[in-house]
Amino acid sequence: MRLLPNFKGHDFFPHDLRLPFMRYKGVALAASFVAMALSLLLFFTMGFNYGVDFKGGSMVEVQSTTGPADVAQLRDKLGRLGLGAVQIQQFGAPSDVLIRIEQQPGPESAQQAALAKVVEALGNTYVQRRVEVVGPAVSSELRMTGIIAVMVGLLAISAYVWFRFEWQFAVGVVLSLAHDVLLVAGIFSLFHLEFDLSIVAALLTILGYSVNDSVVVSDRIRENLRKYKRMDLDELLNTSINETLSRTILTGVTAIVVLISLYIFGGEVIRNFNLAMLLGVLIGTYSSIFIAAPLLGYLGVKREWGGGPAVKPAKAGAAGKPQGAANVALK
Amino acid sequence: MLHFSRWKIIATILTCLAGVLFTLPNFFAKETVQSWPWWVPHQQLNLGLDLRGGAHLLLSMETEDVRKDWLETLRDDARNRLRNVKIATSGLGIANRAVQIRLAKPEDADAAMKELRGMVQPIGSALIGTSSNDIDIQRGEGGVITITPTEPGLQQRISNAVGAAIETVRRRVDAMGTAEANIVRQGTSRILVQVPGLQDTSELKKLLGETARLSFHEVHASMTAEEARQTRVPAGYRIYESGASDEGAQLLRETPVVRGDELVDAQPAFDQQTNEPIISFRFNNSGARKFGSFTRANVGRPFAIVLDDKVISAPVIRDQILGGSGQISGSFSVETANKLAIQLRSGALPAKLTIVEERTVGPSLGADSIEAGKLAGIIGGVATIVLTVLAYGTFGIFACVGLIVHGLLTVALMTIMGSALTLPGIAGLVLGIAMAVDANVLIYERIREELRAGKTAIAAIDAGFTRAFITIADSQLTTLACAAVMFWLGSGPIRGFAVTLTIGICTSIFASVTVVRLLISFWLRSETKTRRAIEVPV
Repeated sequence: MRLLPNFKGHDFFPHDLRLPFMRYKGVALAASFVAMALSLLLFFTMGFNYGVDFKGGSMVEVQSTTGPADVAQLRDKLGRLGLGAVQIQQFGAPSDVLIRIEQQPGPESAQQAALAKVVEALGNTYVQRRVEVVGPAVSSELRMTGIIAVMVGLLAISAYVWFRFEWQFAVGVVLSLAHDVLLVAGIFSLFHLEFDLSIVAALLTILGYSVNDSVVVSDRIRENLRKYKRMDLDELLNTSINETLSRTILTGVTAIVVLISLYIFGGEVIRNFNLAMLLGVLIGTYSSIFIAAPLLGYLGVKREWGGGPAVKPAKAGAAGKPQGAANVALK
Repeated sequence: MLHFSRWKIIATILTCLAGVLFTLPNFFAKETVQSWPWWVPHQQLNLGLDLRGGAHLLLSMETEDVRKDWLETLRDDARNRLRNVKIATSGLGIANRAVQIRLAKPEDADAAMKELRGMVQPIGSALIGTSSNDIDIQRGEGGVITITPTEPGLQQRISNAVGAAIETVRRRVDAMGTAEANIVRQGTSRILVQVPGLQDTSELKKLLGETARLSFHEVHASMTAEEARQTRVPAGYRIYESGASDEGAQLLRETPVVRGDELVDAQPAFDQQTNEPIISFRFNNSGARKFGSFTRANVGRPFAIVLDDKVISAPVIRDQILGGSGQISGSFSVETANKLAIQLRSGALPAKLTIVEERTVGPSLGADSIEAGKLAGIIGGVATIVLTVLAYGTFGIFACVGLIVHGLLTVALMTIMGSALTLPGIAGLVLGIAMAVDANVLIYERIREELRAGKTAIAAIDAGFTRAFITIADSQLTTLACAAVMFWLGSGPIRGFAVTLTIGICTSIFASVTVVRLLISFWLRSETKTRRAIEVPV
């Protein structure tokens, strides 16, 4: 009895290919550190195009009930309200407009007063689709919790990796994660893309995805450390990266395809969120290959991996006994 | 690893069926689901405000108002206590966030301190045991006594005030006729109000924007507000500005005759003579008694009705008012009379609430977002399925079955838990699909590797699952750590995303590992029956 016709999948990946990743570790690491430094520089020089969440102020998305919206007329009308800088842009469909009002000086209630003025000026030819008003107290809190969230996320992950692996792994993973987050944020700063609460969520998810990648590679390194006791560390790292490369690429491609579909069809509201994730997956895949593993090469790692006092792998002939190693790993 | 006991097979299949059953209502309209028999689950996925449309308001209590209010209470209390024991004061007022008392005779200080100490209340905290006091009474030089509220005392006051305000806000929101509003405390001094389906928030904001503290005051017998302003405001009196344009400021006794919290009802009505909108109200027994005796003693003199420190009307008492009902006229429009009646009925807010954050999403945008999410999800899902089947053949199909189970279980769990699906949540759901595929990729790549190393089909499959599982568990647990952080620190949409991600991770281990393993063990069993040599189709 057959449930399904058997057909073989296509193994896209040339497995006998051994790419010499570790040969370029110096170049890659240097490039990454330069990129990280540049990102940090961007934070301090260009800063971020903060959204309402972090900057305070108001954002109103309106839809014209009479066909395409007249942005020029709106700009003129709202510019005369004396609310400081009023940004107006088309948002998705031609009838949809996004209005941003900067944070008003004065007490919290000033934001609501500004919003009321805008709503009055818009009249009834526009319907409100979305309103976001964030006062100064809340915006500074959100900025703070955003930073804390990313930091705590990093710490939580490194604690886990440290617990499961050795500290050298934790250092490599944390650096590669910090690299991903910094670079994505750097790109947002460079292109002046709006940075709001959803981007923080994206950064946290990138942490999750990228650590996933790094852990897969680290897991293989750990396994190979038990398997090949005498192999040169760089060679071992290179083997481990190559062995997991097919998985890294396949999963990466799947994630990227899904994210591209979300980016294109997922709607205007979460476009930046999806862009951040897309960038994060690309950079995260790169970093787990070129940062986490090569750093181990520099930091060195304890070779007599015992897996705790309870389990002593058979010392004699351990190199030729992968089965025994698997049993250790099972515990 | 490939052997399944019978009960395990049954449990796995039952779990999948339960997933289908609980996801089912989400594919139908609410009305259709209502007509289903009782044994079919009716619960539908709870949509977040950003998807279904609605208003989210974060209100912050003015803590200075609470402090000011408390100081006033302390001042009145101190005055009464000293008066009862006949200690004369030459000054008693609020300065520097404290009540300052200057005794007429400094030698009374001991007696006064003894009396005033009775005001001190310990702050109860049964958990910690050590308690502090709510106020601090200090004795200065020359018969000066200061009563200062302590910081823990103030915090407790604020906490109580927020608790009371939540009740008031709930009554006001309910009065608007909107169902299922969610009103919760956030932090120490904030209240979150979420009203699904509400688009125009202006009415809500007006209702919540005023404390609506009503009080009835005695007007100074001989001095007008103008005179007081030019000379000196007599002790115990205060000038109240006028709320209506046709009334002037009034000089009123600060301690009111009756307060609004003694009202039992307030309704908008029309004056029978002038046809103007008015509010008719009724006091409770004690309020009625106080008002009755006050009006009896003051026939022919005016009294003032004060709302939020503004005089809204100052009628002359024509006769003693018994029975405790009356009416307020004060140049209202129908709308403002209606609003004020709701506010009075629901009770006053203990302090002013300021809107510090507002997020409103119209229903059309929410519907658009759902459509966009669905489209992106379908396209992303189909692309994933095509890729997986191309890469892994028959086993790829098994992985896709696992994916579908994953999707169903995630939605089912979210439905059962009642956690709201938000817009980033949809992205989390779709990303969860990609992450679930990762588990299968890990397993299958491992199987391929073992095959290349020369293992037999069964041994390779077995080793693939066993070894990949450690990696899967490690990678999922780290992602879980991230989700936990998001849930802990995040608010609103981020929390929704974290919940979706967490559920996705939990179901992906079951769906991508257990379900796929079961399918492969079925496949293996049928293969061994038909053929001698098994070839792994990956």
